[in-house]
Amino acid sequence: MTGLGATTPLGGDVASTWEALVAGRSGVHLLEHEWAQELPCRIAAELAVEPSEVLPRVRLRRLDRSEQIALVAAQQAWDDAGLSDDLDKERLGVVFGSGIGGALTLLAQDDILEESGARKVSPFTVPMLMPNGPAAVVGLEFGAQAGVHAPTSACATSAEAISWAADMIRVGRADVVVAGGAEAVIGGLPMAGFSSMKAMSTRNDDPTHASRPWDRDRDGFVMGEGSGALILERRDHAEARGAKIYAVVAGSGLTSDGYDIVQPDPECRGGGRAMAAAIKQAGIDPKEIGHVNAHATSTPVGDMAEVKGIKRVVGDHVVLTATKSMTGHLLGGAGAVESIAAILAIVEGVIPPTINLDNPDPGLDLDVAANEARKVELNAALNTAFGFGGHNAALLFTKA
Amino acid sequence: MAHSRDEIREGLSDILEEVAGVNPDDVADGKSFTDDLDVDSLAMVEVVVAAEEKFGVKIPDDEVANLKTVGDAVSYIEKG
Repeated sequence: MTGLGATTPLGGDVASTWEALVAGRSGVHLLEHEWAQELPCRIAAELAVEPSEVLPRVRLRRLDRSEQIALVAAQQAWDDAGLSDDLDKERLGVVFGSGIGGALTLLAQDDILEESGARKVSPFTVPMLMPNGPAAVVGLEFGAQAGVHAPTSACATSAEAISWAADMIRVGRADVVVAGGAEAVIGGLPMAGFSSMKAMSTRNDDPTHASRPWDRDRDGFVMGEGSGALILERRDHAEARGAKIYAVVAGSGLTSDGYDIVQPDPECRGGGRAMAAAIKQAGIDPKEIGHVNAHATSTPVGDMAEVKGIKRVVGDHVVLTATKSMTGHLLGGAGAVESIAAILAIVEGVIPPTINLDNPDPGLDLDVAANEARKVELNAALNTAFGFGGHNAALLFTKA
Repeated sequence: MAHSRDEIREGLSDILEEVAGVNPDDVADGKSFTDDLDVDSLAMVEVVVAAEEKFGVKIPDDEVANLKTVGDAVSYIEKG
């Protein structure tokens, strides 16, 4: 792992995001938009820095918001890794996902179709709404020719992307891979849909306390938007060019529940198998894993199921945190941004807090960095991500 | 309402700047949309739709292929 990039509700880059995470700041607020006023859930974690502050105007109008932020995060990661154009592009890959794709473009262009007719529909509609759009845009930006892939597994998307990226390098298809995910679907229809499932918090009168993983009074997730990007690089390639190495992707595991389209398996069997697969691939003792950046979205069933899985597979010695308490749920961007948090926890020796954990669920029998960051020496940390459809991903990072 | 060639060129220039980021100083009758101004086929679709709206003309799709240069477009719109 040689480069990190992000744009999140907490900051327009990795440094500002990390600073806010460690400080325990919430990125959630009440939505002032007119379209939000009749929704059951009127709170969300919108981007701290608008893409329009970073990208040129003409570029913006041809990209869906998810593609814009994918580009912003990927460019940061690329620059952070110190990569340049002299890289062998036939050995450069991209794995970049989105959970939902360009839903806001789809809705906006459908309005244009209804109101003004087919001829007024933007010729960029299709490349803007296709779910592989963020991957394609990032791939084009850097001229990647080893393969551009777009996993789509709902909220497990960008963790799955990192796993695929590691596999691309392991099997020898690429030397460098830009991996990550992006999501930007804070809009009426997506929010109404999640609300109809009763998946979202309705704590509209108290936005910063709405995302509260593992707390007794949690009532659903809070939607966020954002993107995270990571540069994965074959170790000898990174060493040969003297790149700084943040951490190692020591193992990854991908499984599926075979249980329900949206309900998590209450025993977290599939999630547990993903964690076990990551640990097995890394070939380390689970006791060496000091920290799990958990998927924990602040939903009643999922949060506690995951705790069972972690306890069973990793053990009861780990310190958990749920950074979604601050960022909200970035859906397809979650796994990448949370992997960055897990990696920086190793690098900095600090686990960001889980805010709003005032009254822990009685079933929470693992240690959580509750409400304050925790200084801990870490050799290995795990990130988990689970998605609607029963997709499970676990990523195990170790000290460089 | 009829437009002068200068008015049309200026209006096109505004559209080209808005949808494709073309520098207004580069817009002249002899300039090719694709070769000189870097307006690709998708951007050209946007230019045509915006020009139809601005100048109150119809530019059929099979006509667009003949509009190679800014001057071609100005002449077509001038004829109305």
